[in-house]
Amino acid sequence: MRTSARRRGVAAAAAVAVSAVGLTACSGGGGSAAEATCTNEIKQPDAAQVTVWAWYPSFESVVDNFNETHTDLQVCWTNAGQGADEYNKFQTAIEAGTGAPDVIMLEAEVLPTFTILESLVDLSEYGAAELEGDYTPGSWSDVSNGDAVYAIPVDGGPMGMLYRADIFEEYGVEVPTTWDEFATAAQDLRDAGFEGHITDFPTNGNALNYALFAQNGWEPFQYDAAKPTEVGITVDSPEAEEVLSYWKGLIDEDLVATEDAFTTDYNAALVDGTYAVYLAAAWGPGYLQGLSEADADAEWRAAPLPQWDPENPVQVNWGGSTFAVTTQSEQPEAAATVAKELFDTDEAWKLGVEEAALWPQWKPMLESDWFTGLEAPFFGGQKINEEVFLDAANGYQGFSFSPFQVYAYDQQTQALYDMVQNGTDAATALGTVQDGLVQYATEQGFTVSE
Amino acid sequence: MSLSKSAAAPAAARPTSKIASRRQRWGYVYVAPFAAVFTVFLVLPLGYALWMSLHNKGIATAGRSVFVGADNYVKAFTDPVFLEGLWRVLRFVLVMVPVQIVVALVAALLLDTLATRLSRATRLLIFVPYAIPAVIGALMWGFLYSPRFGPAQDVFGLLGLTAPNFLSSANIFGSLVNIVTWQWVGYYMIIIYAALRSIDPSVYEAAVLDGADGRQIALRIKVPMISSSMVMIVVFALIGTLQFFTEPQVLRSSAQGAIPSDYTPNMYAFATAFNYSQFNYASTLAFALGFLVFVGSYVFLFLTRKQSGLK
Repeated sequence: MRTSARRRGVAAAAAVAVSAVGLTACSGGGGSAAEATCTNEIKQPDAAQVTVWAWYPSFESVVDNFNETHTDLQVCWTNAGQGADEYNKFQTAIEAGTGAPDVIMLEAEVLPTFTILESLVDLSEYGAAELEGDYTPGSWSDVSNGDAVYAIPVDGGPMGMLYRADIFEEYGVEVPTTWDEFATAAQDLRDAGFEGHITDFPTNGNALNYALFAQNGWEPFQYDAAKPTEVGITVDSPEAEEVLSYWKGLIDEDLVATEDAFTTDYNAALVDGTYAVYLAAAWGPGYLQGLSEADADAEWRAAPLPQWDPENPVQVNWGGSTFAVTTQSEQPEAAATVAKELFDTDEAWKLGVEEAALWPQWKPMLESDWFTGLEAPFFGGQKINEEVFLDAANGYQGFSFSPFQVYAYDQQTQALYDMVQNGTDAATALGTVQDGLVQYATEQGFTVSE
Repeated sequence: MSLSKSAAAPAAARPTSKIASRRQRWGYVYVAPFAAVFTVFLVLPLGYALWMSLHNKGIATAGRSVFVGADNYVKAFTDPVFLEGLWRVLRFVLVMVPVQIVVALVAALLLDTLATRLSRATRLLIFVPYAIPAVIGALMWGFLYSPRFGPAQDVFGLLGLTAPNFLSSANIFGSLVNIVTWQWVGYYMIIIYAALRSIDPSVYEAAVLDGADGRQIALRIKVPMISSSMVMIVVFALIGTLQFFTEPQVLRSSAQGAIPSDYTPNMYAFATAFNYSQFNYASTLAFALGFLVFVGSYVFLFLTRKQSGLK
């Protein structure tokens, strides 16, 4: 027995050694771009290489397009994981002081999280400020802070409402345009015998829930990258409480489901007729089309997101990503060029729109006749860009996220789950988040204003 | 010829002091590969983590690492989230360890008594889950627990019942116990089984002559004779459970509300480091947990020193 235990120890040590060798072999990036292994093929072997981390679908064709049209610069692309997986690697690289790529894809919501770690280059030194006019105002506001520009916007998620026209028709219910009508429609569908729910309010909806609150004027964080030690936290504002109480009411009457989002169960429920409405961002149609087990008879249509006050419609955004340059890059100027030029041609954007279902923040594409006139076969040929998402994109004013956004999301998920499971009310849930975040920010050395 | 030579060689090498020291030098060479790996991948990282745990770096004061002594440890042991996680894994220890040991012991005793072809197949089947990587196993169970894709609803439906939601906060504890038991029972069973096989059969003959029945042989003879193996697997299970991580972390992707990011101390340390970028406090949490695991194992081994033969 003793020998076998020892042998196992040696075997484990050997396994550790082998995997460690494997790890060092993979850790390319940073200054050693020439040695890095790229997923794509380098077209100009003699040109300088810029390493890029990104997880866009079908991104290789966009990279190829860049490499074929640039002779002095080549992109060396790696998919380092989607969202949190990539951020974990980036956090580790920041802490280690090495291992980050030159250019990194980041969602707009985590930009403050990384700017406060002083890990992103201010691109205004490399002419980024001149590009402001090329991007939608909301997306530019999300990447910039005063004169500083921390990333180049790529895609966005202006929100709309995707709905099952066949379900609304079958039960004779009008498609809602305000949240009051939405609540009535939820009840009417139930009364008419619809067995599903009008929609889902996922407690782990994170950015979706933020967008729904923001539509009512919620501004949970006041954060200025120029004063990095100060943060304002007003999560439990009356605006948020109003929205959350509204959803809590629908949940209590079992008119809205509370299934976790982004699970296999949720994906199936989105397309099998369990929900009549999918509150979605502009990338939602692409997401729907990629799901299997879809209801063959489904007739999907898109409509603007319901409003609180139809006289003063408010447009909100869910998701969207950017390209930032890391401070570990030894060639920030080349990296800035890549960040600016990966998605600044019609060719690149056609690939992005057609193959990856991205929503461009780059105005020349956004406003092109080709893009606005696109007919979506999944929506029965409806021109969903022109009819729904363009207004949402142009109306979005930007949003201020916190420099500890992942923590804030985790706290919110927990509080909303408690609210749904244990029957606490909206004010209590928001109060819990507020207190937790204030305490956390104080511990982290922020001067917190409430 | 060569045989006699090699046989003669040790005899010729009489331990004069010079040769002995040369031999010792060879010993270092043999140990060196292990020592190098051990130092580089265990001792140094541990030392670095300890150093980190004694410093602090708030998000708002990025880049400036300050020596804070034991402050982080004081914070950890008064951190309600960490203490709640500890209490949770303690409850897992109280439930999961006995369940695994009893199931493994019963299976091993049965398989030791039976010697049919079926018992050999059974032994393999019980062991197979251990051969499945923990992450794959947890992913698989995630699907089995799924209200929509899992078989539970069909099975309960046959009886006219509604299946419970295995991923709700009320049931997640039992669901996790089930996964871990499924995964580890085979491994523990094999260890017990091997120990049982090493018992001299003449002991059983003597017992039978004295009039012992099968149950008595199992409980009065077999179990006491394999007590050192039992102690070892309890220590394995204890350490594994205190460090509970993989299964809840994987299952979290389909039950984020029921399994918060700080569900167990290890998950809390992971989230603190890689999601919230507080590597210093995460090192403290990891060290604090390691300390408690050490104390727990030590106390257990002390209490069972008679059974394990370590006294």
